[in-house]
Amino acid sequence: MAFHHRPDAPELPDFSMLKRLARDQLIYLLEQLPGKKDLFIEADLMSPLDRIASVSILKQHEVDKLYKVENKPVLSSSEQLCFLVRPRIKNMRYIANLVNADKLAGRTRKYKVIFSPQKFYACEMVLEEEGIYGDVSCDEWAFSLLPLDVDLLSMELPEFFRDYFLEGDQRWINTVAQALHLLSTLYGPFPNCYGIGRCAKMSHELWRNLEEEEDGETKGRKPEIGHIFLLDRDVDFVTALCSQVVYEGLVDDTFRIKCGSVDFGPEVTSSDRSLKVLLNADDKVFHEIRNEHFSNVFGFLSQKARNLQAQYDRRRGMDIKQMKNFVSQELKGLKQEHRLLSLHIGACESIMKKKTKQNFQELIKTEHALLEGFSIRDSTSYIEEHIDRQVSPIESLRLMCLLSITENGLIPKDYRSLKTQYLQSYGSEHLLTFSNLRRAGLLTEQAPGDTLTAVESKVSKLVTDKAAGKITDAFSSLAKRSNFRAISKKLNLIPRVDGEYDLKVPRDMAYVFSGAYVPLSCRVIEQVLERRSWQGLEEVLRLLNCSELAFTGGTKDDKAPSESLRLILVVFLGGCTFSEISALRFLGREKGFRFIFLTTAITNSARLMEAMSEVKA
Amino acid sequence: MNRTKVDEEEYWNSSKFKAFTFDDEDDELSQLKESKRAVNSLRDFVDDDDDDDLERVSWTGEPVGRRTRLGSFQSLSDALTDTPAKSYAPELGRPKGEFRDYSNDWSPSDTVRRLRKGKVCSLERFRSLQDKLLLLEEAVSMHDGNVITAVLIFLKRTLSKEVLFRELEVRQVALRHLIHFLKEIGDQKLLLDLFRFLDRTEELALSHYREHLSIQDPEKRKEFLKTCIGLPFSVEDAAHIQDHYTLLERQIIIEANDRHLESAGQTEIFRKHPRKASILNMPLVTTLFYSCFYHYTEPEGTFSSPVNLKKTFKIPDKQYVLTALAARAKLRAWHDVDALFTTKNWLGYTKKRAPIGFHRVVEILYKNNAPVQILQEYVNLVEDVDTKLNLATKFKCHDVVIDTCRDLKDRQQLLAYRSKVDKGSAEEEKIDAILSSTQIRWKN
Repeated sequence: MAFHHRPDAPELPDFSMLKRLARDQLIYLLEQLPGKKDLFIEADLMSPLDRIASVSILKQHEVDKLYKVENKPVLSSSEQLCFLVRPRIKNMRYIANLVNADKLAGRTRKYKVIFSPQKFYACEMVLEEEGIYGDVSCDEWAFSLLPLDVDLLSMELPEFFRDYFLEGDQRWINTVAQALHLLSTLYGPFPNCYGIGRCAKMSHELWRNLEEEEDGETKGRKPEIGHIFLLDRDVDFVTALCSQVVYEGLVDDTFRIKCGSVDFGPEVTSSDRSLKVLLNADDKVFHEIRNEHFSNVFGFLSQKARNLQAQYDRRRGMDIKQMKNFVSQELKGLKQEHRLLSLHIGACESIMKKKTKQNFQELIKTEHALLEGFSIRDSTSYIEEHIDRQVSPIESLRLMCLLSITENGLIPKDYRSLKTQYLQSYGSEHLLTFSNLRRAGLLTEQAPGDTLTAVESKVSKLVTDKAAGKITDAFSSLAKRSNFRAISKKLNLIPRVDGEYDLKVPRDMAYVFSGAYVPLSCRVIEQVLERRSWQGLEEVLRLLNCSELAFTGGTKDDKAPSESLRLILVVFLGGCTFSEISALRFLGREKGFRFIFLTTAITNSARLMEAMSEVKA
Repeated sequence: MNRTKVDEEEYWNSSKFKAFTFDDEDDELSQLKESKRAVNSLRDFVDDDDDDDLERVSWTGEPVGRRTRLGSFQSLSDALTDTPAKSYAPELGRPKGEFRDYSNDWSPSDTVRRLRKGKVCSLERFRSLQDKLLLLEEAVSMHDGNVITAVLIFLKRTLSKEVLFRELEVRQVALRHLIHFLKEIGDQKLLLDLFRFLDRTEELALSHYREHLSIQDPEKRKEFLKTCIGLPFSVEDAAHIQDHYTLLERQIIIEANDRHLESAGQTEIFRKHPRKASILNMPLVTTLFYSCFYHYTEPEGTFSSPVNLKKTFKIPDKQYVLTALAARAKLRAWHDVDALFTTKNWLGYTKKRAPIGFHRVVEILYKNNAPVQILQEYVNLVEDVDTKLNLATKFKCHDVVIDTCRDLKDRQQLLAYRSKVDKGSAEEEKIDAILSSTQIRWKN
């Protein structure tokens, strides 16, 4: 049952090189400020930094004290201050306050700002305005690819989602292009390239430009990865909005996996302290259950516990020599396994407890009803009750969005009443959240009849460029119909099931949602890889509003080793969920491929909603 | 260095032929760009050959050897102009590499490419509106948002806002970048001006409203919200804003009053249940809960009474009952709970009615640790028999389960339930009594 690849599955490239590169570059940058210095690190960069460099490495390069960048007075007495930050305006203000306070006190120190993954001109502008441009030196640490696992690279840029999909800011596109460029320099060119979505298309173009500019760097290299697939998150919001039920996704939804590790609280560790646990392929127990539907996990764990017991029991009847061997060779491994096993059992228990309390079964039932499009009224009143009882604001919002996207928008009466109740339950300031969701196309109101669309298309054809700008903007929420129902039919996203769907022996990717739904994103990827093009998917593209935004490309290398052609890099712009990763791992296993994932960040429904929320929890 | 003027000239010429559209697909323009690119790529040769620039320029800044220098590389456009181009001596003192970084000479596409690489690159040479817009178009066509913003910062500094706004109105991508940039640096004034110019009234109103989040002082926040009331929100949003203001106004009154009551220590409810937090800035439903908890019996005339809140904010019955139920159950005021669902008809008969359905009532009571007797009473009011049986089983209302099984004449289920109750308990006895009764005609 557990996760095993076909014997002919290709080997994954070694991504640990990326860590070494990032570490070396950071050390180089630190050395640019010779002598003792204090290092101020932005909170969001701490976990990624943790994964590539230890405190002792920093100390070796004369970092004296470490501080977190936060709104507190700085007590550092060092003569040299180094800031390791994301390129954000508020960080610039923080640094400016510090430097200006020093100036006022007549104190001179050296300051260095290291932007990761790159600096923005807006940041430099703030430094200039604050009068400290020139007092601080700026550098860039192009650390944009963190291998979280053997097959998972993360850019650790959760803000990508809001910046691009809500604000329409393309500032991270260069970062994406640079990252892809780096990958092709290290692992050879990509013979086949597919993509869907506006951001994917732009990233692809900029990346191509980079390659042309620095022509020759990848020349002559044999491709290691045969295919690359770029996908915008807004092509498929539905999947990201669903409750996750595969183990890794469920752990993420329940405890929040942060940068590949999770904090298990006392309720999991059954001790009085929390434990930070790395979750990846190195954890043998986790590795076997991560992609499993939750209902299988308990059985697997108890089987595992019995095996472990049997192995411990073997020591009975051993003679001294055998015992010596056992203790020196096996015991450590067994103990380690024991520890992991009890952790995951604890996690399962805790998940069960929480899910029972929130009536998970009923929630899942509602989600499935929304996906399949029946009993819409019941689902609406279920959501209403959620809101009235002040169940988590994020959860209520998520369900409303799911209702909106699957139904092509809420009918005006429902929209108004749900919104009113939401504001009454969680605060009027969420008016801003609703405005954000509408702009992003996540929560919209149905247009009264289809007539408007006809008018709209006519109008936008007739008017000149100048006026069109205004009109398209005004109509943008209308123009972007989600068409989920039609897409679902076309792509067969709701499997027809005769009898029970056997979750122990999944037959398709739908198992990641209990057999009720095949993730749209993964289905699109599957279809394109099968055809090696978008041919025959024209209608789907039209429904996805992506007719102009799907593309193919690549270097079309004839010498690409056949091994490489079964390796596929999937790039999720705006985040991907663990459910999607599990689904594609399953697909790979079925077809003898291996997928590698590159995402701007790991996401889930709660993170998407929080990104849209104007009121920070 | 003498190309600045020439470039401008070039663009002017091109705009004479055809109205400027800034459309990337525009043939003539792209041809023009093409040839410009070709010309610019030549510069490398030009500069490399010119190792002794210094000797050719006098310290007054007059180019001495200009003619000879251009002689062999004169381009067509150079030939069109007779105006002597200016050079600035101080720049020549720099070493070659650095000199290039500070060159004023880059074409829009080169400039944009350098910006993308994060290099320092002066934009000062883009002085005519055409040049500025060409630069912006170039940045947009490259897709790098950071560069688009860099150009916008420059445009914002060097164009009047009317002109800037006018030009951005037809350039949606750039416009979105400017809006986001203004939001980030907190230039609220310009942002509002922009929305006003674009006639995006709703965004204007929302943007103004957003500011209240950063006002901590409740009085000031209230005053600020008052200024939002007349803004051009949509009809429903206008009502929400009004409610927001009214709510905070009430909360301030209630808070002052209750803080006083609490510190005086004379009121029983505050003594028994000290307030955990202030009610200021809490959502309406939370406020209602609070008022049902601390001010349940107050007459409608007082601001803090639940009925007053219900009327003022048109809280639907369902919502009101849910909240009141939760609050009274928390206080274990079962009498109030009872009254909440009791209605009298005109003949004076009482009837139990729950707008939220009694199954929900039971769940809420259970969550608030209601005793079995109370739970039982409400489980019995659940109409659907299956739901009733499920709830009764879940919450261990033995009597209800037993009676329902009896009424259903379901002997098997009763037998099954017998194994779940404690040995020798009153429930077991009751089941046994029923099972041995000869009065019942079991269906199984």
